[in-house]
Amino acid sequence: MKYSAVSLFANALSGHKKWPVQFPDKELKKSYDAIIVGGGGHGLGAAYYLAKRYGITNVAVLEKGWIGGGNTGRNTTIIRSNYLFDESAAMYDHAVDLWDGLGQELNYNLMFSKRGVLMLAHNIHDVQSFQRHVHANRLNGVDNKWLTPQECKAFCPPLDISQDRRYPVMGGALQMRAGTARHDSVAWGYARAASKLGVDIIQNCKVTGIRRGADGAVEGVETEKGYIASSKVGVSAAGNTSVVMEMAGLQFPLESYPLQALVSEPIKPVMPCVVMSNAVHAYISQSDKGELVIGAGTDQYTSYSQRGALHLQEHNLMSICEIFPIFKRQRMLRSWGGIVDVTPDRSPIVGKTPVQGLYVNCGWGTGGFKATPGAANTFAYTIAHDEPHKINAPYNLDRFVGGRLIDEAAAAAVAH
Amino acid sequence: MFEIHCPYCDEKRPEIEFAYAGEAHYVRPNAKEQAVMSDEDWSRYMFIRNNIRGEHAERWWHNAGCNMFFNAIRDTVSDKFVMTYKMGKPRRTPAQIDKARTAQNDGAES
Repeated sequence: MKYSAVSLFANALSGHKKWPVQFPDKELKKSYDAIIVGGGGHGLGAAYYLAKRYGITNVAVLEKGWIGGGNTGRNTTIIRSNYLFDESAAMYDHAVDLWDGLGQELNYNLMFSKRGVLMLAHNIHDVQSFQRHVHANRLNGVDNKWLTPQECKAFCPPLDISQDRRYPVMGGALQMRAGTARHDSVAWGYARAASKLGVDIIQNCKVTGIRRGADGAVEGVETEKGYIASSKVGVSAAGNTSVVMEMAGLQFPLESYPLQALVSEPIKPVMPCVVMSNAVHAYISQSDKGELVIGAGTDQYTSYSQRGALHLQEHNLMSICEIFPIFKRQRMLRSWGGIVDVTPDRSPIVGKTPVQGLYVNCGWGTGGFKATPGAANTFAYTIAHDEPHKINAPYNLDRFVGGRLIDEAAAAAVAH
Repeated sequence: MFEIHCPYCDEKRPEIEFAYAGEAHYVRPNAKEQAVMSDEDWSRYMFIRNNIRGEHAERWWHNAGCNMFFNAIRDTVSDKFVMTYKMGKPRRTPAQIDKARTAQNDGAES
């Protein structure tokens, strides 16, 4: 069924009781042309683009939990592409290009809102490095412009720009094409569109092993629901990538950390955009429900527990109150954590692995949501052609041997 | 927030006194080893970590306390510390970890 005003009206007449299932549960087949391990936005997106753009429709997506229950449903929904390095600008701007019109393409309301992302500068070093970002972005065709403190205040009225604060606002870099989207809609939208094209989406199906032939190439995967054969396996398992890769005998330059976020009680619209501050270290936006959505850095230790420490949330909120004293009396409603896989240079790994037929899309760390369509498309291309797309070619595993790192860790000065 | 037993202070202290310091028992190669190390060997030493889902050997630094580094075994699924031990002691064997876990489950101090 195509979602439209007409179908909404027709279903209203039947009390909304006759909507078809969005992506039906399928029985596992014995073999597939390609298997995607991990049913988050990246994995479902890859399955969708495999079927839609690259002609491989006999695809299974294996998810150990439920669709939208991992990091896709646990992030702070920020989308932007104002990264310093050429490789990053290409990847993230490819994603932003795809975000545009994705709701129409998937026939699913992703609530993509280009409300702008404002990154605040609080000291001379910030001012210089963000202006460098603005210039680098302009050369790469990525929109980003410099605002004075007064212009920041005009764009985001709740901001406190008084210059006697501990960390005064000295300006900001604003990307207007950036914004937010409804995160779990992205997973559901891709799942529904992929399912329509013939992709089997299997939930509650943990992968327990990767079977390899005498020549070392991938033959298939062992799962909780039995063995499935496939000569192409794409792993898109975020925080659990190390665990899945271990099954193929590979060790990866990854460490998994908890990343927390929290939301306030809903209030009337007050935040017109996303605001990020690297120096004070927090980011904030307001959801359409009215909750202030707040995040910051990871916990200090590695973990797979999907929860973090309370003192980190306290620290996040202190940062928010420093930038927005107006929110000091706002009460928090709920918090949660996801497990993010972090690489040494804070840039992802998207491409082939030393094992023939095994592909990986991992290492997105704290910033994977914004890249969902771009990562999914280039990953699908890589799986279909057994060759990386030119956008994800630099994001290979070999860079950790050859030394050609994409050092966004140094460029952003924080996890991002 | 964790309560972490510092083996030097011999006391349980709150996590905010400590800093995590990465996976334990990574030994920097000496000059002789470095002379024959390939790029792959360097990559392994610099970047590859075990990233264990389960009982993980890791370093902690009691930076707001006695300022000493020590090692710990922590379950990265439950976030529960199984044991901590002084720097310089060898990697704990599975038997030692089992014993510490049993003692902890019996309510004794690790």
